[in-house]
Amino acid sequence: MAVIEQKKTGLNSSTIWNQLSETELRIDSQDKEMALRVLNNTPMPTTRTEAWKYTRVSKLGKIEFSNQGAQLTSIDKYIIDESGTRLVFINGHLSEEFSSEEFQDELNITLLSQGEELAPSILNLDDEIFHSLNTAFLTDGVQIEIADNANVERTIQIIHILKGESVISNFKTIIKAGKSSQANIIQGFFAEGEGKSNFCNSTSEIFVGENAALTVDKVQYENESTFHISTEQVQQEKNSVFTINTSTLNGGLVRNNINIDVNGENCVSHMNGVYLLKNKQHVDNHTVMNHKVAHCDSHELYKGVIDDKATAVFNGKVYVRPDAQKINAFQSNGNVLLSDDASVYSKPELEIYADDVKCSHGSTTGQLDEEAIFYLQARGLSKKSAHKLMVSAFIGEALDMTKNENARAFIDNLLLERFGWDF
Amino acid sequence: MIKITDLQAKIDDKEILKGLNLEVKPGEIHAIMGPNGAGKSTLASVLAGREDYEITGGSVDFQGTDLLDMNTEERAREGLFLAFQYPVEIPGVSNINFLRTAINEIREHKKKDPISAKDFMAMVREKSALVELDSKLASRSVNEGFSGGEKKRNEIFQMAMLEPKLAILDETDSGLDIDALRIVANGVNTLKSDKNATIVITHYQRLLDYIVPDFVHVLYDGKIVKTGGKELALELEEKGYDWIKEELAN
Ligand SMILES: Nc1ncnc2c1ncn2[C@@H]1O[C@H](COP(=O)(O)OP(=O)(O)O)[C@@H](O)[C@H]1O
Ligand SMILES: [Mg+2]
Repeated sequence: MAVIEQKKTGLNSSTIWNQLSETELRIDSQDKEMALRVLNNTPMPTTRTEAWKYTRVSKLGKIEFSNQGAQLTSIDKYIIDESGTRLVFINGHLSEEFSSEEFQDELNITLLSQGEELAPSILNLDDEIFHSLNTAFLTDGVQIEIADNANVERTIQIIHILKGESVISNFKTIIKAGKSSQANIIQGFFAEGEGKSNFCNSTSEIFVGENAALTVDKVQYENESTFHISTEQVQQEKNSVFTINTSTLNGGLVRNNINIDVNGENCVSHMNGVYLLKNKQHVDNHTVMNHKVAHCDSHELYKGVIDDKATAVFNGKVYVRPDAQKINAFQSNGNVLLSDDASVYSKPELEIYADDVKCSHGSTTGQLDEEAIFYLQARGLSKKSAHKLMVSAFIGEALDMTKNENARAFIDNLLLERFGWDF
Repeated sequence: MIKITDLQAKIDDKEILKGLNLEVKPGEIHAIMGPNGAGKSTLASVLAGREDYEITGGSVDFQGTDLLDMNTEERAREGLFLAFQYPVEIPGVSNINFLRTAINEIREHKKKDPISAKDFMAMVREKSALVELDSKLASRSVNEGFSGGEKKRNEIFQMAMLEPKLAILDETDSGLDIDALRIVANGVNTLKSDKNATIVITHYQRLLDYIVPDFVHVLYDGKIVKTGGKELALELEEKGYDWIKEELAN
């Protein structure tokens, strides 16, 4: 356990990996070396670290996590799309029992613990504690290769369940969508029961091949004491369409990083998100839309409703690089605060180095319109129903971005369960 | 139906209603007229339960219960309806959906079963025809992008759907052309019965050619200062309010 020895002299004094052993997976050796170095030499981010200005992770650094597997008697309530196939991971370990046995022929699905040595990661490790933690202590992961021209008919669900106490899952998903392929992948994140202080630290490397259309629906419904940090690193090749819909419906501290690099022309990228927070939840969405080449469109819509003492953070960067002419890049973030103690920190950042582009961004934070609520009550609606109608009117447009009807019904059901809102 | 006794209300420490008395019986139509700023909309808002106002004195009995003790939705469910002077636009909330929710919550309050989709739609067709409101408008977002006249007709449409005991129309006639005025008045007259009552707040006598009041009241400086028959409206139209002020001064 070289890490732990070194750690005592290093800059990182957190206890996160004290009880963990280095990954046995065959990851790229330089990546591993780098990750270990970063872990030892980088202090935990504080609110003085720009990227973590509004999100405190110090609590995380004081927990000693472990990584044992766990058993479940049923996963029925975590099935997002009944008609889809699924891969189920409990604390990052595959559950064969609950996973589908067969997948469409054009899919090549391999468990990272059983596959060949991994290629170097496209994730940035430098200064990135959580990427490095994920790399050096990788629990397991899955690679999904979609053959060229494949039309994947059944949704592929990757269902992550945390069970226990102070358990960490360092998980990696690699998706390679072949040329002209079409697929819908769902990532579901859950926590079983009242399990305390569990931590899902997930990374995804997503390659969207030429002319491919890939949609990822990410559904987050862990519990209020769970930590969740995930990064989707996306590479888009020419003529491709990539969509990611993130629905954050529960979770204690959630940080989602989505970084999309558009490498080829005529691409379309969609990033949508809904987040509904209550109690002391903290949800932070950091997105980077990186337009490297010309003739591409990107659309980003994030909407949130924040109640009680909860906090939402949105940081959306859009880069349009010098050669990326004729870009249409739109970004919008809207927030509704339902309580005086709720907070929002919303920061759009546009950096445009090309001159022939159309970009817009908008960020709004407000309360529900009191006049409208009075109007509805004056017609006999209870305050609760009036709020519900107003909230659904506000967030509906973002919810509607999830086109998979089963996934949408699943989300609606969670909204009813957690907030009593039926849309 | 409603008995208002010595009602006093203020907002931001400004006294607006200063001891107002009014009684309306079933089957009656009352008109309230008065200069701008007299407190007409304040009276309507206070009766509907808007929380911005502080009630500093008096009482309101509505069908034998203390109206001021109920919250806004309870008043609505007990049969009070306010047609707003300035109807609110609510983007994203469908007129039809919210009305259906409203009707069902009112029915639940009365321990009745929810209305069936079929009966509801039949009712929408009938009542929107009554106020000549395009059925497309009926199903759009509440008042969003409606013209002034459409908003007012939508208020009467909602009134027709909710079948209130006491309707208060706050300047529903302002800004309406003659055709629209006739449509609105026709709606009100069709819904009138000996079991319900209407308070029409207006600036202009012309509405009262179409909705014929049993009583006309003048609200001035937070009080009802004069009450008469429908001829009082004509007198006010002719002579303005100055003579009332003079009468009061003497
Ligand atoms: N929200 C408010 N804050 C302060 N003053 C108000 C408010 N609403 C009404 N007022 C004042 O109360 C008085 C009565 O207003 P209102 O009831 O609207 O009169 P009317 O409908 O008879 O024209 C006016 O002097 C008006 O300026
Ligand atoms: Mg007024």
